[in-house]
Amino acid sequence: MSAASDVGFHAQRQARWHYGEIAFWLIVLACGFAFPSRYLIMTDILRLALFAMSLDLILGYAGIVSLGHAAFFGVGAYAAGLLALHGIVKEPVLALIVAGLAAMVLGFATSFLVIRGVDLTRLMVTLGIALLLEALAERFSNITGGTDGLQGIEMQPIFGEIPFDMFGKAGFFYSLAVLFLLFLFARRVVHSPFGLSLRAIKNNPLRAAAIGIPVNRRLIAIYTLAAFYAGIAGALFTQTTAIASLDVFSMERSADLMLVLVMGGTGYLYGGLIGAVIFRMLQELFSTITPQYWQFWIGLVLVVIVLVGRQRLHRWVLYVPNLIIRRIAGRKAIVAVPESDS
Amino acid sequence: MFERKQLSHKATWAAAVAAIAGLAGLAPAKAQDSVKIGLILPMTGGQASTGKQIENAIKLYMQQKGDTVAGKKIEIIVKDDAAIPDKTKTAAQELIVNDKVNFIAGFGVTPAALAAAPLATQAKIPEVVMAAGTSIITERSPYIVRTSFTLAQSSTIIGDWAVKNGIKKVATLTSDYAPGNDALNFFKQHFTAGGGEVVEEVKVPLQNPDFAPFLQRMKDAKPDAIFVFVPAGQGGNFMKQYAERGLDKAGIKVIGPGDVTDDDLLNNMGDAVLGTVTAHLYSAAHPSQMNKDFVAAYKKAFGNRPGFMAVGGYDGIHLIYEALKKTGGDTNGDKLIEAMKGQKWESPRGPISIDPETRDIVQNIYIRKVEKVDGELYNVEFATFEAVKDLGKTKK
Repeated sequence: MSAASDVGFHAQRQARWHYGEIAFWLIVLACGFAFPSRYLIMTDILRLALFAMSLDLILGYAGIVSLGHAAFFGVGAYAAGLLALHGIVKEPVLALIVAGLAAMVLGFATSFLVIRGVDLTRLMVTLGIALLLEALAERFSNITGGTDGLQGIEMQPIFGEIPFDMFGKAGFFYSLAVLFLLFLFARRVVHSPFGLSLRAIKNNPLRAAAIGIPVNRRLIAIYTLAAFYAGIAGALFTQTTAIASLDVFSMERSADLMLVLVMGGTGYLYGGLIGAVIFRMLQELFSTITPQYWQFWIGLVLVVIVLVGRQRLHRWVLYVPNLIIRRIAGRKAIVAVPESDS
Repeated sequence: MFERKQLSHKATWAAAVAAIAGLAGLAPAKAQDSVKIGLILPMTGGQASTGKQIENAIKLYMQQKGDTVAGKKIEIIVKDDAAIPDKTKTAAQELIVNDKVNFIAGFGVTPAALAAAPLATQAKIPEVVMAAGTSIITERSPYIVRTSFTLAQSSTIIGDWAVKNGIKKVATLTSDYAPGNDALNFFKQHFTAGGGEVVEEVKVPLQNPDFAPFLQRMKDAKPDAIFVFVPAGQGGNFMKQYAERGLDKAGIKVIGPGDVTDDDLLNNMGDAVLGTVTAHLYSAAHPSQMNKDFVAAYKKAFGNRPGFMAVGGYDGIHLIYEALKKTGGDTNGDKLIEAMKGQKWESPRGPISIDPETRDIVQNIYIRKVEKVDGELYNVEFATFEAVKDLGKTKK
């Protein structure tokens, strides 16, 4: 077997849908019916998952670290809010796409700054962009509502048919549909030759350039795409909560996102999804137990996870569930094997 | 190596499944003979002191008066929103939908109170605002009742007082958000109507403000006084920088609504704060017997002085108790709101009532000066404006 067909064989095998993945999405869908009283937090998890997936695209696949991903989230959020508030684009799905495109434009424009540096520079540049936007949003409070936020957003029904209800049911299924569609697209992208070239760049940019991969163009493309995803996540946020405040740009939001990926793992798309579930559940659990000191406990858990190592921790804690999964799903339950995920 | 990675992925999957299953475990149990109050407060972040005071005051009230009213047990569920409106909204939705609360209460800042307003209307349950002070809040839902104050109440009065007491030129420094703008506008309206002049107007960002550069501009403008509104909690920082820049020595006095000299922080502000004149609803030095008992009990329980936020919480829970007494334990939202309208009682801050028209608070506003009493700094009241209504309503 030649080397080329060997690569193709492995790539195709990874790109195939596995039982575990189908089961995952079925479980997520089932959650929508099983916990009708928890739509809000589940919607929150979906939004965070989409946002984390966006960061995973650039961090896990292309190796671009970012502390300012909230910039795109915020642009999407405010775009969706302003579109709805002023009745420019009334239909939510259309507004969602427009908001995503707005973030994408910003992503494209800033990508040239981001590709110039290496890790530390990138951290600073991305962080700076997010802070800049936050300051701008605060300064132009006549447009953004400043610290008070955009108040009085009223969402029109989806496709003119399905209204957003107070219990968040419509919001949940809407978010789920968006997440799933975008996931399908992302999955297609990362398993395409384009996606494989990104991994090559992540592992060794110099070598990738030497074998003829246009490194900068690829990075710009994925960064722009990730910005679109983040913008959509932000727009979903505004549409499902009918509020947009300065907080959408906050550094904490970007930092939380890193934590989500630390918990879930990078470079296999599901990392963001699973990380989002775990992160929000922990947050919810601790803030219910102790509304005042929950941040302490979250911090402690994170330190433990990082010290012990996610993989070892999971193996210890989930020895039994692991066994069951292995019995049921067999060896083929692996989704994709990340290259440098440890 | 390969084998280990496979394993870890299965583990991550399993973690996800376990976590989703955990969702079910968080669903709260339901009780029949209880009244639930969802308390949404900033317990973390910059406004945390507000949340703590209100929670403490409510705890104190329930210790004193018992936790049963009209045969129903009162149950408090505290949620932290860190003063971020979307978190407030999620928390309120969760409380209403899952916990089936009969009241939502708290709300450290105006955006938070506004974010919850449509939910109160939809769910037809009373929203008791215990801290936020922008006039428009009660107009956003017929289910909102306020037991704190409005900026218009204190700002108009300090505006009138200033022109009558020889202050002609004022520079203003206000936080750039709804209450700050309210304070500024109402002050300006009354101050300039009386013949005063505003020489410099500065709005500072709400989050992590640095007052120093603004204070320099203030100093250069040489006003008789500066009118300051910063949310309670930022007053200490402001006063520190005010003294550092030497404005106290330049003879520029501080006037404003009483948020800047909140009792919570006042005693640590140092002597630069002496002589600051503010108009406000409550001082821990208020000379009534009821207040003395309240302050003593609060100090004993929590080790520090109550501020006006604590009083807002104390009166808020009192109003809820009284409304339940009046309805005989009926938790119908419309009936509760009806029962709250026109309630009158003696609070640690003095006599107060709920305006039946606007559901907003009617209270005395006191003019106070910071003085040293027994070695501690207090706002000592020296003039009273009785039964001040909110003047800031847009619908007259």
